[in-house]
Amino acid sequence: MRFLLRTSYGQDIRLFPFGGAPALWTGLALWAAIVGGLNVASLPLVREGWLALAAGYALVFGLVLSRWGGAAFWYGLLGVAVIVAPMLVGTYFVGQLTFVFVYAIAGVGLVILLGLAGQISLGHAAFFACGAYVAAILNAEGWDILVSLPAAVLVSAVLGVVIGLPALRMTGIYLGFATYAFAFIVEEILARWDSVTNGTLGIAVGSPVLGYESWGWQAVLETEVELYFLALALFVGTLVVGLNVQRSPTGRAMMAIRDSETAAASMGVNLAVTKTTAFALSAAMAGLAGALYGHVLHFISPEQFTILLSINLLVMMIVGGLGAMHGAVFGAVFLVMMPQAISALKGAMPPAEGLPEVLAFLVSLPSAPGFEAGIYGLIIILFIIFEPMGLHGLWLKVKTWFRLFPLYKKGMFKRQKSYMASERNR
Amino acid sequence: MERVFAALWRLLVAAALLGFVAPPVLAALGLVSGADLVNYLQQVVSGAALGCVYALVALGIVLIYKATETINFAQGELMMLGAFLCFTFVAILGLPFWAGALLGIGACAVLGMATDRIVVRPVVGQPAFAIVMVTLGFGFVARSLASVIPGWGTDTHTIVTPFANQIVALGPVVISQDHAAIIVATALLCGLLYLFFTHTKLGLAMQAASQNQLAAYYMGIPVKTVFTMIWGVSAGVAAIAGLMLAPIAFVHTQMGMIIFKAFPAAVLGGFGSIPGAIVGGLVIGIVEALAGFYLPEGFKDVAAYVVLLVVLLLKPEGIFGHVRKKKV
Repeated sequence: MRFLLRTSYGQDIRLFPFGGAPALWTGLALWAAIVGGLNVASLPLVREGWLALAAGYALVFGLVLSRWGGAAFWYGLLGVAVIVAPMLVGTYFVGQLTFVFVYAIAGVGLVILLGLAGQISLGHAAFFACGAYVAAILNAEGWDILVSLPAAVLVSAVLGVVIGLPALRMTGIYLGFATYAFAFIVEEILARWDSVTNGTLGIAVGSPVLGYESWGWQAVLETEVELYFLALALFVGTLVVGLNVQRSPTGRAMMAIRDSETAAASMGVNLAVTKTTAFALSAAMAGLAGALYGHVLHFISPEQFTILLSINLLVMMIVGGLGAMHGAVFGAVFLVMMPQAISALKGAMPPAEGLPEVLAFLVSLPSAPGFEAGIYGLIIILFIIFEPMGLHGLWLKVKTWFRLFPLYKKGMFKRQKSYMASERNR
Repeated sequence: MERVFAALWRLLVAAALLGFVAPPVLAALGLVSGADLVNYLQQVVSGAALGCVYALVALGIVLIYKATETINFAQGELMMLGAFLCFTFVAILGLPFWAGALLGIGACAVLGMATDRIVVRPVVGQPAFAIVMVTLGFGFVARSLASVIPGWGTDTHTIVTPFANQIVALGPVVISQDHAAIIVATALLCGLLYLFFTHTKLGLAMQAASQNQLAAYYMGIPVKTVFTMIWGVSAGVAAIAGLMLAPIAFVHTQMGMIIFKAFPAAVLGGFGSIPGAIVGGLVIGIVEALAGFYLPEGFKDVAAYVVLLVVLLLKPEGIFGHVRKKKV
């Protein structure tokens, strides 16, 4: 966590000239621009008009990167890679990448809530579900994404404020429990409110639509590639918002709260407002991710949004690393790749017949029903014990090792332990 | 504002107590028929029995939290393992019930100590979130392991208790002996734990460590060992809870999910208060049973969480909690 801010305040202002409060406006403007570009690309004339889209992206990336200094080249390369990726790989892989972006959007929200503000939420599935259902229902009513996605984001954010309200009165673990109680109730409502959500049967979600027939133009984003670019666009927008928040006074206030509420309050940080902001932002991003998730999967039902999803999202952050936005992406890649890796492992196992009993048992392990969860658990334990900053921390270590080459010291990333941090005897 | 919340809280407690004792009074006045009263009492008793199980799981969580500031998300899995161990000794190895149960409880306690030593100890001193996740991870692993152990697997099993299929009649209210045994055993266990914490050297050491780790260490208490012991006690309590749950639910790998009811119980009572955990468990169990009987379908599952949210909002530190906020 100590590596969170490697820049001074002056540098921050240079990197993110948009400041704190306007961060949201920046994000919205960027989002509108990107969706606008997507819209042009989706018109029947230039339906597969890659160039227009790529140019739009290059512009956005360029704008952001022009202020980034040394890392600009590598991030630029990454930007080019994600733009050309759909041309190079098959549709299946494009779909997987789309899910990476979807989870990464939620991840950015979790970095803000957990990493910056230090608030635990075991209820993110509720926001995710809320976004998915709002977007799906508006889509079914014939609204386009320019309406349905902001609505999904807004409703989730309002829900986030509602969940954040208890945060005004409670701290730490109590808050975590309040969020998960809330998530259970939301899940139950989704399962019981038949007239709107079709209960446990779930609803089919249409493809995202842009424009209206009555306007004379309408584009249905139905191919894998179009969804990919939609998710990418929204992810970049979310990331910009997230980075801005992180550097802004609001983000710094969140970090102050994370490190010591008492100290933060003494410095004039409004605990209630800051915590609620963190919840609202995080919920909004989870809602956006949920909306996309529904559109990509084309089907949603309450059982996709149980406590297990909340826990999966937390696992994602543990593996990715909470210290920086990179963690959200690393974690999302992990979350998407993990089931693939496990099924590959299952396929790679030789048949059990004819082997000695012990070996046969070991070979049959990956096909056991609880195997996947067990592997997740093991990964969590190992990461927390050996690499609490996650994959991002690992990457930082590697980078530092090379930068300092012969001078790297082992204790450089040693964690500080704190005892007696009791919530009861303060 | 605080005053309004406090007043609302007192109002809520008064209303809840009034609602709870109203049916017998109304029945005595002849306003409610006898059959309705019996139904009501029946629900209260079976709710209390399930509530006792919640309470014991919550008690395990609270014991560990109070002493070590660790929130153990694997308590449900410890309970599951405890139940499976008892099942192994009683049903698979064919030992007499009481011997098998004792062995199972002991084995589970050892398992709890091992968990502390291997999984939790390396993370002590890290932020609370890290510890929550590490116990969560351990829970996943435990569930997964239980499902591949030969003889355990993903099937449901039963432990036949000496009380199976018998009933106790208290006037017109009929209680199955399993339910009665749960309530009696919980009461006994609470008494035992009370004596343990107030009259034995180890119990006093545990109390000291939970109040102030550093001071306890300076007074010559081996804090780390004491923490391991607490994990053992807590896992033993979990095994008892599992053993009691076995006759009314089944023994299976998903039974650890009960933790999502035990947490509201623990929080309700004020996380870190032992009587609070018991009261919280009883409240959750009874509210759930009554909601299941009198309210439309669906309310039973969320009743615990609605109660939790309301209590947290009005009295964030729980019924018996001691969280003091620093004034800035």
